[in-house]
Amino acid sequence: MWNIGSYDERIKDFDWAIAEKELSYAKGDVINIGWYCSDRICEMGNGDKPALLWENAQGEEKRYTYNDIRVYSNTVGAFLKGLGVKNEDRVCLFMDRVPELYIGLVGILKIGAVAQPLFSAFGDESLLVRLADAGTSAIFTQRKHVSKVRKIIDQLPNLKHIIIVDHDEKKELKEREIPFSMEAERVEKLEIFPTKAESPSVLHYTSGTTGQPKGVQHVHYSLISQYLTAKWVLDITDEDIYWCTADPGWVTGTSYGIIAPFALGVTQCVLDSGFSAEAWYRFIQKYKVTLWYSAPTAIRSLMKAGDDIIKQFDLTSLRHLTSVGEPLNAEAVVWSERVFGLAFYDTYWQTETGSIMISNYPGMKIKPGSMGKPFPGITGTVINPQTYEPITEVGVIGLIAFRPGWPAMMRTYLNNEETYQKKFKNGWYLPGDRARLDREGYFWFVGRDDDIINTGGHLVSPFEVESALLEHPAVAESAVVSTPDVINMEVVKAFVNLKPGIAVTAELELDIMNFIRKKLSPLAMPQYIEFVASLPKTRSGKIMRRLLHAKEWGEEIGDVSSLEND
Amino acid sequence: MEDIKEVILQYVIEEYADEDDELTYSSPLISSGLVDSFSMVSLKRFLEVKYKISIPDEDASPEAFDSVDKIADLVKRFTS
Repeated sequence: MWNIGSYDERIKDFDWAIAEKELSYAKGDVINIGWYCSDRICEMGNGDKPALLWENAQGEEKRYTYNDIRVYSNTVGAFLKGLGVKNEDRVCLFMDRVPELYIGLVGILKIGAVAQPLFSAFGDESLLVRLADAGTSAIFTQRKHVSKVRKIIDQLPNLKHIIIVDHDEKKELKEREIPFSMEAERVEKLEIFPTKAESPSVLHYTSGTTGQPKGVQHVHYSLISQYLTAKWVLDITDEDIYWCTADPGWVTGTSYGIIAPFALGVTQCVLDSGFSAEAWYRFIQKYKVTLWYSAPTAIRSLMKAGDDIIKQFDLTSLRHLTSVGEPLNAEAVVWSERVFGLAFYDTYWQTETGSIMISNYPGMKIKPGSMGKPFPGITGTVINPQTYEPITEVGVIGLIAFRPGWPAMMRTYLNNEETYQKKFKNGWYLPGDRARLDREGYFWFVGRDDDIINTGGHLVSPFEVESALLEHPAVAESAVVSTPDVINMEVVKAFVNLKPGIAVTAELELDIMNFIRKKLSPLAMPQYIEFVASLPKTRSGKIMRRLLHAKEWGEEIGDVSSLEND
Repeated sequence: MEDIKEVILQYVIEEYADEDDELTYSSPLISSGLVDSFSMVSLKRFLEVKYKISIPDEDASPEAFDSVDKIADLVKRFTS
């Protein structure tokens, strides 16, 4: 039996009060995510339960119970208060996936400050833009990353404290730097700041297609939807071992890598290392992972690694697989079903939505390649991009749209209310993606609103072409963008990375073109194929299609701070 | 020349035609809609690969690709 029971039944009489009741929250009450993620679990008698099983690339291991999370987050909170950090001050977490990152976020929230996680691979310029915009007052970081902070410190007058969590006594501390050892002191009692539903909680920065990154402001009430979506979509139960592969520098790693699992009191594990199929399978085997929340790029990388390696590991502990980050192609779903005996269930949401919006649900029929259906309580549809009215015709591509009002929805873009307001049209919130609906109400992702290729007046989805390319036996991965064309305005171009050992030949190029032409349509056939040794990706593995698009159109590349090989 | 025409015809039949299509060297390809402008790109690419030639875009007009006869003439121009 799944947590959600029947999706069809759930949508009939859904109310977010279901989550409020489970969390013993009533309107107007204090709601502090930090407390829910630690103290509450201990008060429920689960203080000794393992909360975080951590391991890094070197094989170092650490284990924390829920009581440890409670106590060490108190330590973080007390330390910050000692520095003079107040509620609503922004405190940045700029670290690899170390325990201080996970527990630090809980501690920051406990004192009412705003947690600002930033991906540790950001360079100094990216860091500067985000810290300056947020007016961040303190930053937690590691020795390995502190040099980036030092480079920009003179431009950040508001940044009063640079807190180094692994300070080496032999190293000299510089201006505003303070050593901090989370486990050096156990603070048993900390006064929890009485945050309310609309108190700011987490600030994530998201790169816009143009302009500077935007600070997406969330509030403590977001817990309501993060809790319930994790319970019903990821199917988290008390007995599970949960692994979310996302980095908390990004919203998935925060909403579903810290807040939701801790609030649900599950045991979660974290692997602080780069991607390796062998390492991942070994990790699942070692910790007997039951729930695995990952990303399509990672799944495709696992596919590329082959099936034989899987046979070397016992992965029978797995019981439910979910995916997020970009659309999950049908081939990946079919593959996972074949090799794991379990399909990956695609979920759809974004930084701004704060929690899962559209998903495939346990117990519901999944259609490989489909995003699934809106979460109960979420009014979602596809609207006409000109009139902003819902499209009633099946299969017609339009803008994904949601009625505002779910608990985890962003409250504003920090210092940029004007851009925030532009996200709404005709009473709908527009995440900027296009999709179509089928007869049964399933959403099918088409692409980013601005990535859609309009060739000769016809719309072509890069995602659909990329998914199809993956099915060509020679293609390892690809990125599809538009390129200028005198006749058709723009045509399809594919950047293709071939599988190892396959040579680039003109015959192969033609074969791939015809493969797509036949599989999708002549419109979708790449009129140009550029074979590349690798594709530009973010450090989290997401292909940066916009970089290739900009190159084709001679546009400015924009923010490339998250580029894997920058 | 007959050999070139036959090779192209067989390719068109295999890649673009339906089972019911009865094609000859003179059957219209582009104007009939059998090969659309997008597909023409792959047909051009086939010729370039097969005959190791390069056909400039300005010569790859719909007209020049409108029958096997015409395409064969085009190929001959760039191979001779």
